Amino acid sequence: MPKIKNIKKVLVIGSGPIVIGQAAEFDYAGVQACLALKEEGIEVVLINSNPATIMTDTHIADRVYIEPLNAETIERIIEKERPHGIIVTLGGQTALNLGVELDKKGVFEKYNVKVLGTNIESIKKGEDRQLFKDLMQEINEPIPESMTASSLEEAQIFADKIGFPIIIRPAFTLGGTGGGIATNQQEYEEIVAMGLSQSTANQVLVEKSIAGYKEIEYEVIRDANDTVITVCNMENIDPIGIHTGDSFVVAPSQTLTNNEVQMLRTSAIKIVRALGIEGGCNVQMALDTKSKQYYIIEVNPRVSRSSALASKATGYPIAKIATKIAIGYNLHEIKNAVTGKTVAAFEPSLDYVVVKIPKWPFDKFATGDRMLGTKMKATGEVMALGRTFENSFKKAITSLEDKHTGLLHYKFEEYDDETLIQECSIQDDRRMFRVAEALKRGVDVNKLHEITKIDVWFISKIKDIVDLSTSLEKEELTEELYKKAKEFGFLDSEILSATGLKQEDLDKFNYECSFKTVDTCAGEFEAATPYFYSTYGEKCEIEEIKKDNKKENIVVLGSGPIRIGQGIEFDYCSVHCAWAIKDMGLESVMINSNPETLSTDFNIATRLYFEPMNIENVMNVIKKENPKGVMVQFGGQTAINLAPKLEEHGVKILGTSLQSINAVENRKEFEKLLSDLKIPQPKGRGVKSSKEALETTKELGYPVLVRPSYVIGGRGMQVVYNDDELLTYINEAFKFSDEHPVLIDQYLEGLECELDAISDGRDILIPAICEHIERAGVHSGDSMSIYPSRNISRKLQNDMVKYAKKIARAVKIQGLMNIQFIIKDEKVYVIEVNPRASRTVPIFSKVTGIPMVKIATEIALGKSLRSCGYGVGLYPATKLVCVKMPIFSFQKLNRIDPALAPEMKSTGEVLGIDYSYKNALLKAFIMGGYKFGGHKQRALISLNDHYKEPALKIAKKAFALGYFFMATWGTHKFLEKNGVPSKMIEKFMIDKLQKRMKNGRLSFVLNTPTTGKDSQKSGFQIRTIAEMYSIPCFTSIDTANAFLKAVKTYDKGAKLNCDVVSNYRKKKFLGIF
Amino acid sequence: MATLLLEDGTILKGKNFGAEGTKIGEIVFNTSMNGYQETVSDPSYANQIITMTYPEIGNYGLNEEDFESKKPECLGFVVKNYCKNESHYQSTKKLGEYFKENGVIAIEGIDTRTLTRKIRDMGTMKCLITSENLKEHELSENFAKIAMYKFNPDVVKTVTAKENYKYNNEGEINIALLDYGCKSGIMKNLAIRGCNVSVFKADTKAEEILNGGFDCVFLSNGPGDPSDCHDEIETIKNLIGKISIFAICLGYQLLGIVLGAKTYKLKYGHRGGNHPVINLETNKIIITSQNHGYAIDEKTLTGLMSATYKNLNDGTLEGFKSERLKIYAVQFHPEAAAGPTDASIIFDEWVEIMKKEKANAKN
Repeated sequence: MPKIKNIKKVLVIGSGPIVIGQAAEFDYAGVQACLALKEEGIEVVLINSNPATIMTDTHIADRVYIEPLNAETIERIIEKERPHGIIVTLGGQTALNLGVELDKKGVFEKYNVKVLGTNIESIKKGEDRQLFKDLMQEINEPIPESMTASSLEEAQIFADKIGFPIIIRPAFTLGGTGGGIATNQQEYEEIVAMGLSQSTANQVLVEKSIAGYKEIEYEVIRDANDTVITVCNMENIDPIGIHTGDSFVVAPSQTLTNNEVQMLRTSAIKIVRALGIEGGCNVQMALDTKSKQYYIIEVNPRVSRSSALASKATGYPIAKIATKIAIGYNLHEIKNAVTGKTVAAFEPSLDYVVVKIPKWPFDKFATGDRMLGTKMKATGEVMALGRTFENSFKKAITSLEDKHTGLLHYKFEEYDDETLIQECSIQDDRRMFRVAEALKRGVDVNKLHEITKIDVWFISKIKDIVDLSTSLEKEELTEELYKKAKEFGFLDSEILSATGLKQEDLDKFNYECSFKTVDTCAGEFEAATPYFYSTYGEKCEIEEIKKDNKKENIVVLGSGPIRIGQGIEFDYCSVHCAWAIKDMGLESVMINSNPETLSTDFNIATRLYFEPMNIENVMNVIKKENPKGVMVQFGGQTAINLAPKLEEHGVKILGTSLQSINAVENRKEFEKLLSDLKIPQPKGRGVKSSKEALETTKELGYPVLVRPSYVIGGRGMQVVYNDDELLTYINEAFKFSDEHPVLIDQYLEGLECELDAISDGRDILIPAICEHIERAGVHSGDSMSIYPSRNISRKLQNDMVKYAKKIARAVKIQGLMNIQFIIKDEKVYVIEVNPRASRTVPIFSKVTGIPMVKIATEIALGKSLRSCGYGVGLYPATKLVCVKMPIFSFQKLNRIDPALAPEMKSTGEVLGIDYSYKNALLKAFIMGGYKFGGHKQRALISLNDHYKEPALKIAKKAFALGYFFMATWGTHKFLEKNGVPSKMIEKFMIDKLQKRMKNGRLSFVLNTPTTGKDSQKSGFQIRTIAEMYSIPCFTSIDTANAFLKAVKTYDKGAKLNCDVVSNYRKKKFLGIF
Repeated sequence: MATLLLEDGTILKGKNFGAEGTKIGEIVFNTSMNGYQETVSDPSYANQIITMTYPEIGNYGLNEEDFESKKPECLGFVVKNYCKNESHYQSTKKLGEYFKENGVIAIEGIDTRTLTRKIRDMGTMKCLITSENLKEHELSENFAKIAMYKFNPDVVKTVTAKENYKYNNEGEINIALLDYGCKSGIMKNLAIRGCNVSVFKADTKAEEILNGGFDCVFLSNGPGDPSDCHDEIETIKNLIGKISIFAICLGYQLLGIVLGAKTYKLKYGHRGGNHPVINLETNKIIITSQNHGYAIDEKTLTGLMSATYKNLNDGTLEGFKSERLKIYAVQFHPEAAAGPTDASIIFDEWVEIMKKEKANAKN
C-alpha cells in the first residue's frame, strides 16, 4: 500500500567535495538513503563528484556517476538513465540548489521525473529569504525584524524603529566582509556606510540583533499523512552570535523548562507543516533568556549536519526515515529498527547527555583569524555521550585529540586575571578554555555569565569540573575523590599528572569503566542496538549482550574528527574494514568519536563504541571486548599514533606490526632501511637543535625541506632557502613535536609520484601509480594528480614497483602501504612510506575496481595476497583516465594564505574521469568550480625570480589562448624582454585590483609566492582577495599550465563523456603496458 | 546515604536531597526529558515513587507557573544527578527545597537506567525509600515491611479537593468536574476555551451534579487502581445517559468500567511525553503525554463503545467514545504538562461538541 507506485529507479544527488560547512555528514546521509532505497528493490542512480565517499561505491548505489555536479551533467544522466524519481534533500545545499535549478529549467517535467520527498515549492519557501519571511508572517511566527536599505537614510528609519543592537550585512558580497553589529548610532553609521560601499548592489540588510539569546534547534520529520515528530532538540552552549556549526552543543536542551521546550516544539511543527515538508527539516530558533519571546532564525528543508548529529545523539536514523517517507511510507508504517517492535512515529527519549564540540583548523593555520561568528570555520566535530553533563563534556574535550587533554591545558599564563576576564568576551575557538581558566583563578560564575552570555547552568557545570581538578591537585587522593574524578570523565593520565601518583596507586581502587546502550527509548523497551558509551559506577550492559556470543571480534579504530589532512577517506577505510571483518564471519567493533561519519552509524560494525580516541578510552573498550586484535592502519594518524601504547598494554596489532611501522616512520631506521635496500633517497637528517640544523644544511645545501616527524598532514612542513628561514621554521616545528626530532631533507624539485600497494609481506599488489601535476614541494593532498601516470617511463615504473616490493618485504607489510617518490634526472627517489591506508585509497579502489581495504583486512587476518584473487604486481590500467583536484575552503577562513606549500591546506577533492587526459583534466577543473567559456579578461601575473624563466612558456601559451596580462614590475620587465606584452601594475595598487576582481574583470591570477609568512605582503593580499572573489589563483606554475590546457580543450569544443565509473573501467587499455 | 529497597530484593544507595523519613509505595519510571516540575506536582503519582530516566534533573529550578497542583502527592523521587546550581529567570525555588518542605524523599546518584530496566523486566514493584543509610541488619525488617504493605484503595479520596470550588466564571459552557486528583492543566485548558469549571469532590453524588444545571460533566485524571473506586463508579453510573461526559485518564478508565469494559494493570505503565497514538477515525498520529498504570482491555469494549485512539508502541487502547450516550474519553493527557501539546486538539474538539450540544439544547 504505502510505496508510491511506478518508482523503480531513483536518482540521488550527492553533496560534492568536502568543504567547511558541508562534510562527511552527507556521505552518511547519502549511504543511508541509497541503502533504504535498495531495501525496497529500487534501482539507485547516484551522482557525486567526491571520490572519497562511501556512497560512490558500487555496492551502495547501482549506477555510480562520479561526474561534475552541475545541471547540465545531471540532465544528461536523467536523459540517459530515465529515473522515475529524484531525491535532492540528502546532498546538502549543493543538491538542494541543483534541484531548484533543474526544476526551473523544466528538466523534471521534460523527463517526467518526480521530485521525491519535500517538493521544490516547499524548498523554495524554506530557502528564499523573502518567501520565508512572508510565510512566517502568514502563520504568525516571529522572525527578527529586518529590512534592506540602499542608503544611510533608509537604514536610519529602521534603527529608529528597532533600536540597537542591529546587525548589518552587506548584500551580495562574498565571504561576509563589511558587516558587523552596531550597538550605538556612531557604530551604526560607520558600518552601514562601509557595507554600502562594499556591496556590489549598494545594499545592506539590517536586522534586529538577538545576540545573547539562547540558540535552540529542532530536528523535525513530517510525512505525507501529516504526522510530525521532533527527533530531538539541541541547545547551543554558545548563545546566538556564533554559527551553530562552530558552537558547543548539548542534546537534549538543559536549561529550558518544559513550557519553553513545548512552545518551541509546537512552533517548529507548525512551521514544518506550513512548509509542507515531506522528510527531514531543521528549525533554528532563538529564545530570550528573560521572557518567553522567541524568534525563528532559519530552516533547512533537508537533512543537515545537525540531523546527522541528532541521529547519532538519539539513535534515530533521520536520513533513512526521510528516504522511506520520500518513497511514500508514513512514519507509523516504518518499523523502528532499534526495538524491532515499535514504529518510527515516536520521539526518542534520551537517558544520557550528548555534547558536541567543533574541531577547528587553527592548529594548522596559526595565522588564521580565530574569531567565530556567522560564518562556519570548523572542519569537523566530536561528540560524546555520558550519563552526566560533566562526563560528556569532559569526554568531548578529550575527543578533540589536542596535544594535551583537559580543560585547563592552555594556561593563558600571559594574561593577568583582569585581561583573562576581558578576553572571555572574545568569541573564538579558545573561549571555553579561557572561561575554565578564569574559573580556576576564582572568577565568579555570574560574572562570566555576564561577559559571555553562556547560561549559568553550563558555567556552573564547568566550574564543577575545574574545582575537581583543583581538588586533585591539592587534596589527598581518596577512593571517593578518585571515583568522582572518573565519573566526571577525568583520564587516569590527567589524575596522575595532577597528583603525582603512579598508575599502580590508581589501579588499587579497581574502579572499572562500564558501558550503557543507546536505545532511543531510555530503557522503556527491550532494544538490541549495538551502540554504546562509557560511564562509571553503573552496571555494564556489554556482558548481557555478549552473553551467548562465541564469535571472535576485531577492533577497528576510527580516525576521530575530520581535520585538514585527515578527512573522510579514513572513514571510508574504517567502514570497509568493518564490513570486510563481518564478511569473514567475525565481529567488528568500531571505536570513533565523530558524529558526522558513516563509521559511527550503528549498523556498520557489529558493535559501535562512541568514545574518545584516547588510549585510556580505547583500552576500556578492549578490556570489555577482549578482541583478537586491533586494526590501526585504516584510521589515519589518529589510529597509528595509538599503536605503540596499545602494544605496551599487550594488545595485538593486526596487520603491519608496530615494529614495521617504526621502521618506516622513525627517521633513522627508515634511512638505514633504504640505504640497506639500495633505494635512492634525498639526503637528510633528523636534528634536535638549531645548531645541528645549521650544520646539516651546510652539508646538504639549500633549498631544504624541514618537517617534524610523526605528524598529520604535513603540519609544520616547509621549504626553506636560507639560514634565517631555517631558524624561524625550526623553532616553530619544535613547538609541534618536542618528543621527536625535526627532519631536514634535501629538496628535490622534480616530478612527484605516489603508489598505493597491498602486501602480505611476501607479494605486493599495486593498484595504481599516479603522478602529480605540481612539482615536488606541494603536499600530496594539495596537488592535482593523474592516473594512470603519463610521464613516467616504463623503466622508472619498474623501479618504483621494485622498490615497493623490496620495502614491503623488508618491513613485512601486512596490509596497505603508500609510497611517495620524486623523479629527478631520470632517477627515482623514495621520499616517504606510509605503512597504512592513505588518502588515495578510496579513489584507487574505485577507478581500478580493486577492493583495497577488503584485501588489506583479509591479509591482516592471515590470508595471503595471492589467495585474494586480484593478482600481484602492478595492476593493468584501463582506458579510464582520472585527474584528482584538491578543494579548499579558504573563503570560510580569513587570513589564510591560499598558496600551495608542503603543508596541507585542502579540505576535500573531486575526481574528473574520462577516456582521455585532456577531458579528465577539464572535468576536474569544472568539478572544482572553475568557469569556462565567456570572454577572456586580463590575467594578473606576478612571479618570483625562481619561477620567471619556467613560467615564460606558460605566459606565451595563455597569450595564444587570448588572455592579456597585467604584471607586477619585475614580471612585466621580464615578459617585455621576452616579447610578451603586459600592462604594468604596481604592487601597492591593491584597491584597483580588488575592484577589478569584484567586477569580474580578471580571469585568473598567477602568483608564485616569495618566501616568508608576512601577511602584509602584497602577494598574500592579492591571493586572499582573489580567493574572496572566487578568481582562480594559481600559485604553482604547473597548476596554471594544467588550467590553460583545460581552457584549450574547452575552447576546441571538447565532448566530455558521462558514464558510470564501472563502464569507464571496462575498456581495456591496448597500449604498451 | 539514603536507601532504596525494591520488592524483589534490590538494594540501591544514593544521596538524599529531599525530606527525611521513610515511605513505602510503588516504584515507577517516567521517560520525559524535561518537565520534572509538572511531574512531581501531578496528583496521579500519589502513593508512588518516581524515577526519572533522564539523568540531569533540577536544572531550571521550580517556578510559580508550572505546578499541576498545590503540593506533591508522590512519596519519593529518584534521579541520577540532581542539579544544585539551577539556572532560570523564572526559578524561585530549588527542587530539593520543595521536597523538604513537602515531605518527599529524594535520592540522587542512582543508576536509574538499570533501575528502569529492572522495572521494565519485572514490572512496577513495591518499594521502600528512606533518607537513612540502612545497615545490613536493618534490611530484612524493612523488606518485611514492603511485603506487608498494601496500597490504599481509597487513594483518590486523599488527593481530591477538600472543598468544592469554581475555576473561571467568565465562560459560556458550564462544566462540572469530578476531581479525582485533577491536574490544573486540565482546568486551564478548559477555561481558555471558554468553559466555567465547577470542581467537585470525588465523593459528590450524581444528583448534586445533575441538579446543578451544568452543560456537561468532566471526569479528571487521578491515581490508583480504577477497580478500587467503588463510590466514584456508582456516581458515574447515575450520570450516564443523563448528561454528556468527557473524561481523561482515571476518569476514562472509570467510564469504561461503568460501560461494561474491563481494566487491567500494565506491566510497567506508560509514563512519559513521547507516546504516539493514532486516531482510528482519521488515521492521524499525535505524540502524547501519558501517565497511567492501568488500561482498558480493548477486547472487553461493549457495544455502546467505539475505540477512537490506540497506542502505536504497544497497541493498547487510548480512547473511546459513545455518541449515543454522549461520552468522549481518552487515556492520555491532552493537557500535556509535562510533554508535547499535540493532543490539545482534543480540548478543541470537545469544547466544540459542548458548544454544539448547548446550542441544540437551547433549540
